[in-house]
Amino acid sequence: MRYEAGTYDIIVVGAGHAGCEAGLAAARMGKKTLLLTISLDSVALLACNPSIGGTGKGHLVREVDALGGQMGLIIDETFIQSKMLNTAKGPAVHSLRAQADKWDYQQAMKQVLENQENLDLKQAEVVDLVTDDQKVTGVVTRTGGLYRSKAVVLATGVYLKSKVFMGEVNYESGPSGLFPAQFLSEKLANMNIILRRFKTGTPARVDARTVDFSKMERQDGDEVMTPFSFQHETLDIEQIPCWLSRTTAATKEIIEANIHRSAMYSGEIKSTGVRYCPSIEDKVVKFSDKPTHQFFLEPEGKSTTEMYVQGMSTSLPEEVQLIMYRSMLGLENVRIMRPGYAIEYDCIDPTQLQLSLEMKRWENLFCAGQFNGSSGYEEAAAQGLMAGINAVLKTEGKEPFILDRSEAYIGVLIDDLVTKGTNEPYRMMTSRAEYRLVLRQDNADRRLTEKAWALGLASQERYHAMKDKVEKVETELKRLQNTVLPPEGINPLLEEKGTSTVKTGLSLMDALKRPELHYKDLQSVDPNPVEDLPPSVITQCEVQIKYKGYIDKQMKTVEQFRKMEHRMLPRDIDYHLISGLRIEARQKLTQNQPISLGQASRISGVSPADISVLLVYLEQQRRQKEGAEEKGRGE
Amino acid sequence: MIKEETIAAIATAPGEAGIGIVRVSGPEALRKTWPLFKPLKEITEENIIPKHMYYGKVVHPVTEELIDEVMMVYMKGPQSYTREDVVEIQCHGGSLSVRSIMKALLTQGVRSAEPGEFTKRAFLNGRLDLTQAEAVMDLISARTEASHRTALDQLEGHLSRKVRSMREEMLALLAEMEVSIDFSEEEDLEVETYEGLAFKTGRLIEQLEKLIASAKTGKILREGIKTVIVGKPNVGKSSLLNALLRENRAIVTDVPGTTRDAIEEQLNLRGIPMVLMDTAGIRETEDLVEQLGVERSRQLFQKADLVMMMLDASTHVSKEDVEILEMIKDKKTLIIINKTDLTPKLAENELPLWVKRDQLLRLSLLDESGLDSLEEALTSLIFEGEKRAVEKEMVTNLRHQQALETARDSLKEGLVGIEQQLPLDFIQVDYQTAMDSLGEIIGETVREDLVDYIFSHFCIGK
Repeated sequence: MRYEAGTYDIIVVGAGHAGCEAGLAAARMGKKTLLLTISLDSVALLACNPSIGGTGKGHLVREVDALGGQMGLIIDETFIQSKMLNTAKGPAVHSLRAQADKWDYQQAMKQVLENQENLDLKQAEVVDLVTDDQKVTGVVTRTGGLYRSKAVVLATGVYLKSKVFMGEVNYESGPSGLFPAQFLSEKLANMNIILRRFKTGTPARVDARTVDFSKMERQDGDEVMTPFSFQHETLDIEQIPCWLSRTTAATKEIIEANIHRSAMYSGEIKSTGVRYCPSIEDKVVKFSDKPTHQFFLEPEGKSTTEMYVQGMSTSLPEEVQLIMYRSMLGLENVRIMRPGYAIEYDCIDPTQLQLSLEMKRWENLFCAGQFNGSSGYEEAAAQGLMAGINAVLKTEGKEPFILDRSEAYIGVLIDDLVTKGTNEPYRMMTSRAEYRLVLRQDNADRRLTEKAWALGLASQERYHAMKDKVEKVETELKRLQNTVLPPEGINPLLEEKGTSTVKTGLSLMDALKRPELHYKDLQSVDPNPVEDLPPSVITQCEVQIKYKGYIDKQMKTVEQFRKMEHRMLPRDIDYHLISGLRIEARQKLTQNQPISLGQASRISGVSPADISVLLVYLEQQRRQKEGAEEKGRGE
Repeated sequence: MIKEETIAAIATAPGEAGIGIVRVSGPEALRKTWPLFKPLKEITEENIIPKHMYYGKVVHPVTEELIDEVMMVYMKGPQSYTREDVVEIQCHGGSLSVRSIMKALLTQGVRSAEPGEFTKRAFLNGRLDLTQAEAVMDLISARTEASHRTALDQLEGHLSRKVRSMREEMLALLAEMEVSIDFSEEEDLEVETYEGLAFKTGRLIEQLEKLIASAKTGKILREGIKTVIVGKPNVGKSSLLNALLRENRAIVTDVPGTTRDAIEEQLNLRGIPMVLMDTAGIRETEDLVEQLGVERSRQLFQKADLVMMMLDASTHVSKEDVEILEMIKDKKTLIIINKTDLTPKLAENELPLWVKRDQLLRLSLLDESGLDSLEEALTSLIFEGEKRAVEKEMVTNLRHQQALETARDSLKEGLVGIEQQLPLDFIQVDYQTAMDSLGEIIGETVREDLVDYIFSHFCIGK
């Protein structure tokens, strides 16, 4: 039985990290939005690692925030430890990561959703999509509710036909004992949407009362905490330590002796896992020369004894897990509260999507998150936000909002998924971005907030904060350039820092160019230091001065890149008629329908020679057209 | 790719030869050639087998006049050089037959091909990559055997292979950098040290330097070495010029598509193309400096790759000689002391101190052996004693040279960053630039402005 349950502009299926951002973006852009979740208790669940950010991922959170998303704001409120990683490396790869209080995080996000105007949050399992010709026009829930809408965003995470594995034991289940979504996959398959099966895994949660911390190394957060959100300048949160320890030779032996019982090695699981987040079985097999591996113990929250064993995800049988964890330093008497498991789920081949995250063959159907073959909360949130925005723009008949690879990690993420596709759960990494020096986490607001403002996503407050910061940076840069110190004023400092002295005057800007000097060092010699300059402004100034040469170099390659991105490929182009293209390239181009030459060049199976052929073809077309026009005018 | 006209050209070099070939390419290659061809066997346009030789006669399609006895072969696209339908007619050598066949083809609406147009089509149809296409273009305009050989080597991909292997080394380096950039200090990973990176980078720079050095030779082979002959009146400049030209008359070539400067003579010296500059001046007044004036002479010397300064063995070094010698002090110079058959008066200590012994060559142009020793001296001077001319991985193309230089410079900048122990994510930018530049040579990196280059070099019209 079906009944008419309501009409919305946008329906979002799933309230994980993708779904939450999609729903909020749509509602904030003024659309009547419905956010459906299989369980209201699992909204924004941190089903695996209780942490947000990290290398590459931290950049995504910053960008989501700069675009008016929620993730950064929530984690800033609910973290229990915060750390800027990679500070010994360049500013482009500094990465912020925070351990979350898992329950606080969910609670805070749920509250925001509940208080969001235009947004209805509801518990329901979606079992079908309503279609009209090649358009999606609504969803049907398991209880028979038919909701109609102008666009649907699918953000089903790992719930589609999900199955959990621990050794020989396996059963149909979502993560953390939640219900799986059993029916939607089949409907999608009927719509000729290509599904595939990916897997991911999680380690056990152990009882803190049974851990011997004296054998472990304490890991504290940063003294001065950096916020994720550009709306926060400082943070005041009491931090809880994490712990570092190692496996032992015994751990290796136990795993090797039981590897045949691991669900991933026994052949039980055929799907593809994340290469960059391997299980402990994988690590032992692939790096067999390494006698031990490090692991971290991270609290799951302030008011729980559950701890997450980072680096030790496993699909070994429960009883083997226990002896394995107990062979590790500090865990000799550990009690497992939740065992580790591997989980397999349905997702789509993302090359079926356009860069707007709308399906190529199904109008008004947008997709985001793990459903698109990615892995990670941050990757999900970024896609959710973009899918939400584009679903809204679609209903308004506007051009989609697309970020390119030189504008944001989000652009890299979506372009990688949609253009190249992926054969394993896709994880963001800094090495995936070609223009890292431009796409820093410290300048995400400058890159993106203006755009969010234009979309109606950035609040007045956020927009003005960004404008204010930009202005402060410009003013300070000018001041540093114009403040020239005489040799006697600057030389003592230069000597102290072990860098060569000067005979004529030196501007503060030129002084900062020296690797040995930092902004704070200048305070002692600066005749008119600016009081209370926010740390984010100081960081901007330092980065822009110190690395100008390299940033300029990268900007040149960005220009080259953009030229290729702006060579648009006409929609009606028939690749089969371009005889210079290799057969494979013709097929791939026809299938993928890239919008630009740049995008075409990233499709696997399209060679650089094919791109040269396309370049020449486009130019010839242009000249022919021009010639025809001239002729037309002549006659 | 786009509906193309059918084109034809004489495929063999001009001059006396046993055989001449006319090549026709395009969608109507066979249809437009057929009216000319009278096969001996009973075959038709429809049942002709591709890649088979057919004996027959070629007649003028309008006048029915017999032109020549020929062998004809039809290659069906894409299995041909241009990937289009191609017909080749082999006739008797000499210019008469091929020209008559060409004329006959033109009456059928076949267009005469522009220089390099077959190659252009092969490239556009994906048959050749850019390096190969460029090599063919070089081949077409190759002036001498040595440059011809280099172009052929390049067509076979020697340079591409070398560049590819360098790129692989670079990729490995980049990967090592990426690993340490990608993973946080929390993961226990071993990463490459700055010392290790510096060592590997140094090795790459060396390889690049070697290739770039070959470009110098490559340029000579491509463009010819610009040479000026200078000396007092009556020292024997005309005799030298005439001797050089006479010796090489048979291989002085007309390069299609280039306008020849009236006062330049091109010749070939043991495979090295030479361009003798301002030979008109030599012929007319015998005294270049007197005719041109000091300033213009200076300018002329500036442009020259090589100066041949002639002195008379039977007289002392004059003030004018010393003046000229001063002017060409920084140039690659061969000082030829002519007329050794006469009573010698010139002593070597009359020459400025900077003149080196190995720059001097005593000879008599009356004597045949004089010219041999001149050629030897010139060859070793041009290649600086190294036999680079025979290396297979030779850079002859300006675009390649520039890309190699960019790659080298970027790596050098990278090395500076490594010495300063800058964060790898910065240094990586230089390595990426180097990688991309090398990619441009072999077409692995496609830049948007490639299209401008292609359109300007391959004369692709509207």
